[in-house]
Formats: sequence, C-alpha cells, structure tokens
Amino acid sequence: MRVPRNLPLYVIGVLVFLWTAIPIYHLFIIALAPGQEAVASGLVPKNPTVQNFSIVLGAKHNLVQYFWQQLGASVFIAVMVALITLAIGACANFAITRLRIRGGRTITNIALLTYLIPAAFLAIPMYKIMGIYRLVDSPWSLIFAMVALASPYAIWVMNQASQKIPRELDEAAKVDGATTMQIFRLVYLPLMAPTMVAIGTYALLLAWNEYLYAFLMLATESRLTLAVALGNFLAFDDAPWALLMATGIIYALPPTAIYYAFRRYMVSGLTAGAVKS
Amino acid sequence: MSAIVIPAPTAEPKRLSDETFWGIVLIAPYFAVFALFVVFPVLYGIWLGSNPSAYTKLFQDPIFFSTIVNTVVFLLVAVNVKMIVALVLSGFFLHEARWIRWLSVLFLLAWAAPSIPTILSFRWMLNPEWGMVNALIFKWFGVEGPGWLTERHYGLGAAIVVHIWKSLPFWTLILLAGRMTIPKELYESAGVDGATPWQAFRYVTWPSMRGLYLTCVLLSTIWSLGDFNSVYLLTGGGPIDSTQVLATLGIRYLRQDQVDVALAAIIVAMPAVIPIVWFMMKRLSGEHVQE
Repeated sequence: MRVPRNLPLYVIGVLVFLWTAIPIYHLFIIALAPGQEAVASGLVPKNPTVQNFSIVLGAKHNLVQYFWQQLGASVFIAVMVALITLAIGACANFAITRLRIRGGRTITNIALLTYLIPAAFLAIPMYKIMGIYRLVDSPWSLIFAMVALASPYAIWVMNQASQKIPRELDEAAKVDGATTMQIFRLVYLPLMAPTMVAIGTYALLLAWNEYLYAFLMLATESRLTLAVALGNFLAFDDAPWALLMATGIIYALPPTAIYYAFRRYMVSGLTAGAVKS
Repeated sequence: MSAIVIPAPTAEPKRLSDETFWGIVLIAPYFAVFALFVVFPVLYGIWLGSNPSAYTKLFQDPIFFSTIVNTVVFLLVAVNVKMIVALVLSGFFLHEARWIRWLSVLFLLAWAAPSIPTILSFRWMLNPEWGMVNALIFKWFGVEGPGWLTERHYGLGAAIVVHIWKSLPFWTLILLAGRMTIPKELYESAGVDGATPWQAFRYVTWPSMRGLYLTCVLLSTIWSLGDFNSVYLLTGGGPIDSTQVLATLGIRYLRQDQVDVALAAIIVAMPAVIPIVWFMMKRLSGEHVQE
C-alpha cells in the first residue's frame, strides 16, 4: 500500500486541531452543563442548557452579582488604556522621528528596555507606589500601570512604521506654510492610521486580559475587572464551575472578536519588529 | 594668529525653534509616565529590597530553592519545546492548501483568546476527582488517573503545557513570517540539485532563520520567566508550594506582607535577567538602525 504523499501534513493537521480545540471545547461543554453538575464524564454534553449564561447575564448568583459593573470596569479600563497609550505613543514617536529631538535614540532604547522587563517582576514595586500615589483600588492605578507597560512597545513599533513615511512630505507641507502641529494632524496621523489601529488593539487587549496587576491593585468587588472576578471564583472550594466557564466565555468573546477583526493589522504590526532582526 | 574667524556653531538664535519646542512638549507625557510608573517603582523596589535580612530570610526558606529548580525546569522545557514545535509548525502553515489556511485561523484562537478562561478550563479538565481527563481515563482503561494538579511533577508539567498552549501560535506566526522572507528560488534550485526536504531545511531554511530563532528563544525566555498566570491560576503554586516559580513566589511573599523578601526574590534573579535583556536590546536596536 502506498502512503499518500500528504499524510504527514494530515497527521500534523489533526494534531493541531485537537490541541487547539480540546480546551476550548471543554470550556463550552462545561458552560452548557445543567445546574450544579459541571462534570464532563463524556465527550458530548447530555442535557445542554444556556441556563448558566442567563444566570450570569441576570447577575442572579452571589459570585456574579456585580457582573455588569465588572464588565463596565473592564471596558472602561481597556478603552482608557488604548486611548492614552495611542496619544502618548503618537506624540512621543512624532517628537522622536519627525522632529528629531535630541536623545531620541536613547529614549527609544530605554523604551525597548522597559518592554523587555518581565511584567510580573515590575508588579510588586508598581503596586507599592500605587499606595504612595493613593491610587490603590482605583481603576486609574491599573490604567496607569498598563499605559506604562504598553507605551514602550507602542513607541518601538511606531518608530519602525514612521520611518517608511518619507520626510519629504513634512518638508513639502512646511514649504506650503504648515505649522508643526498641522503637520502632526494632517500629514503624520493619517499616514500612521494602520499602525495606530494595531497599537490601539494591542493596548486594549493587553488591559482587558491583564490579571496580575488587576488582582493586586483592585480590591472592591464591584469595581474589579472581569479577569479578577473570574480568578476569585477559585477562592471557593465548591466553586460553581459551570457558572465560571459561562462567565469566562462571555468575558473572552469581545477581545477575541476584536483580535480577529483587526488581525491583519496586528500581524503586520507585531511581526514587523521581530522578523527583521 | 589666524585671521579666519570660525563662526560659533551655536550661531542660531537662542530662542527655541518651533520644532524643538513642540518636540519637548510632545515627549513630555511619555517622560512623565516613564518617571512616575517605571523609574520610581524600580528605584523604590531596589530600596525596599536592599535590606540584608530579607536575603537571609529568603535563602533560609526551603521553598526558595525548589522554586529556583522549578523556574529553571519551566524555562528550559517550555521555551525549547515551544520554539522547536513552532519551527516545525511554521513550515506546516507555509503550505497554501485551503484547509491549512482555515486551520491557521483556528490555531490562532489560543493566542487571541484571553488566557484566564482557558487556563481555568485546563484546571477543571485536570481536576483529579471531577475532571474530564481522569473520567475518560477511568472509562477507557478502568484505572484511576494521576493527581494532575496535586503532585509536584504533574503540576509543573501541566503548567508548562498550559504555557505552551497559550504562546505557541504567537511564535509560530513570527517564525512563519521569517520563513516567508526566504526567496522561493532558493528552494527551487535546491530541488533541482536533488536536495531532500531535510537538506533543504538544513542548508536553505536554517541558515536564514538562525538569527530570528535565537532572538525568539531569548525573548521567549524573558517573557516565560514573567508568566504568572499559567502557574498561579492552575496550581496556585501548590501542593504545599511545590510548584512555585519566581513570578509567583514574589507575589506569595507580598501577600504575606513580606515586601522586602518579595523584592529580594526578584533582585536575586537579576544577574540572569539583565545580561539577556542587555543582549536583546543590542540586537533589536542595532537592527533598527541599519534599516
């Protein structure tokens, strides 16, 4: 019997499919399990129900009583982090690459250094200084922390993108009498739009997905982000796993959808930096 | 006595030019964030961690040494397995068949979705009493499955699997982008010369991917060192702190109100971290200039 030429490809394909799908499939069958069961003895759910989702959306259980407030906190923090990171990143990048301020290279290198530090190591001193700034338990503690972590990457990626915009455009605008800020608004920002989409998405997802910093800095239950609220389920020995999985799915849907919607920008933005080296 | 007067280089008017003024204004917000939320915490952390008795306490804590062992094992296994598999898969996803393209969209899901729900899915799946894995082992083989999360080696192994599961698509994507920059003609001429697939990899793919692969290994090492979620949300560092890694150990001390010991645990790792970060910085910023 001849072995089909593509057999190795099919084998890898099946393995990749199972590897990716099993944990996600498991997440769904538990979320669809009725009542307190949440036990998956088989591969196919016996009596699937959306009851858990309606409990979460109706905030009808102690552990999800603040679901909507927590969803609101997650949205607010993620949107603020994205906007502030974009603003700071674009301003800094314009100053470094278009206005060529002195020490621009040093600033870029320092940003790169910050990007390379493992975030978990910075979490403890960051948490302590939030106490000094009296920001603990305020959403702004998390917003500032995430902006500090996201903006170095923003500057680094933007630096690479803005080098592709010819400087002659700035010169031509200047000859036409444009002021520096007009060049920023009318020449630089429109041409940087694709990179801005990538960076905005990156910062938004970074903040939405963050667990450690949020877990350290936020305390009041109604003001937690959903990520922390999910982790808090584990504090109970008999955690209602079906409810936890249902909340997890609702929490995971928006960022996943956003990622896929902007995937094209994300891929080019993320890989451009790494591939060149 | 020279008659030639060399004009001073600072002949321009003292007033700030428009560009310099806006340059300073526009860089200021980043400077403020950097000073308040990076420089100050780092300095404050070093100051808090400069208490010698914290190091005595740390080194006398038996958990510290098992943590170091766990961290080294975690890094060596997770990073190498992940990168080798990513290298293989990047070759797989290079194929242009439609089903492979659809599979790549699904494969990306592990990276695109937030990590907390999927880690918790793993945690419940591996639950020794109620989880799906042991239920199926019992159903199919009639034996009790192991305590995946209640024994040190299985627990650490599970954390490594979860970590790889999450980050594999990202590195595959990067290596795939690297493979796509290799000119097709090189493979064609290798094929004409009768090269086997292995020889094509050895003499065409690998030489052009080597630098990128090293960059990825080093970056992945630093970031894996900072992976808090895979361990904390899966085993919580247990049973009895036997699966802690450095990223979770610091937080454990912090929760016990031993901030100085927490920072000591982080500072102790710096002699290993700083050279890698420094090397990476040289590498990445060096390339950046050549562009």
